[in-house]
Amino acid sequence: MSFTEIVFYAFSAIMITAALGVISARNPVHSALFLVLTFFATSGIWLLLEAEFLAITLVLVYVGAVMVLFLFVVMMLDINITVMRQGFIKYLPIGILVALVLVTQMVLLVGPENFGLSQFAEPALKAADYSNTRELGRVIYTDYVYPFEVASVILLVAIVAAIALTMRRRPETKYQTPIKQMMVKKSDRLRIVKMQAEEKQ
Amino acid sequence: MIPLSSYLILGAIMFAISVAGIFINRKNIIIILMCIELMLLAVNINFIAFSHFLNDLAGQVFVFFILTVAAAEAAIGLAILVVLFRNRGSIDVSKLDQMKG
Repeated sequence: MSFTEIVFYAFSAIMITAALGVISARNPVHSALFLVLTFFATSGIWLLLEAEFLAITLVLVYVGAVMVLFLFVVMMLDINITVMRQGFIKYLPIGILVALVLVTQMVLLVGPENFGLSQFAEPALKAADYSNTRELGRVIYTDYVYPFEVASVILLVAIVAAIALTMRRRPETKYQTPIKQMMVKKSDRLRIVKMQAEEKQ
Repeated sequence: MIPLSSYLILGAIMFAISVAGIFINRKNIIIILMCIELMLLAVNINFIAFSHFLNDLAGQVFVFFILTVAAAEAAIGLAILVVLFRNRGSIDVSKLDQMKG
């Protein structure tokens, strides 16, 4: 067993165990933390596949941003775990059945006889000075520049939508009204009082 | 030497686990959102494996866009969840019957 295989099977085992933890953990916070572990193991697998940029993006964007968002929401909401667990045992058999059928069907399709080493030979390793990030950037900014722009618009829409959904105007909070601030004149605020000069004592 | 089929089977197992997760956690929207993230991850593993074995960067570009869309989806989904919890005081899926669907 070569070193690559040991790494692959170790990361796969961590990944599948953590994924099972995500769907079976009692506490949603534990689920979110198991999901973080799944993402870490997946980025290890992606490093084996020479997708270095995406592996580090997965850690930075998912573990660093999306999962923190998940954890925030999980901790912000007051969830009654016992109510949420109702039906867990009832639907467990059908869940396992569906998963087994799905895995069997897909393994029959994508198993070693259709996608083995004889059909798809292992490609040669890239040279040491090959930069995955540079190649990916070259492709994204030339061939896929319009999808890239669309992706940025999608992110903008997501920002606006998330803020618009969650922002609420509380009656007790004080807000600035910039229009009124701009319309203010000197005479509204400043009053000059004439008075007699007084003698120094 | 790890054949392509190993990666594809790994993706299939991850996908099946997340489908089972949606089945057994059908009351908890947060876990369902996490299962959707897992599904997208399983698909991404397939894309990257094919990209590596076919020596074509297009697969990685697709994964890049899927990651973008998934991040936007998670942000909007969680925002909806927060608004839902603020209005109803619970995130139980079975109580979401206002639209009589």
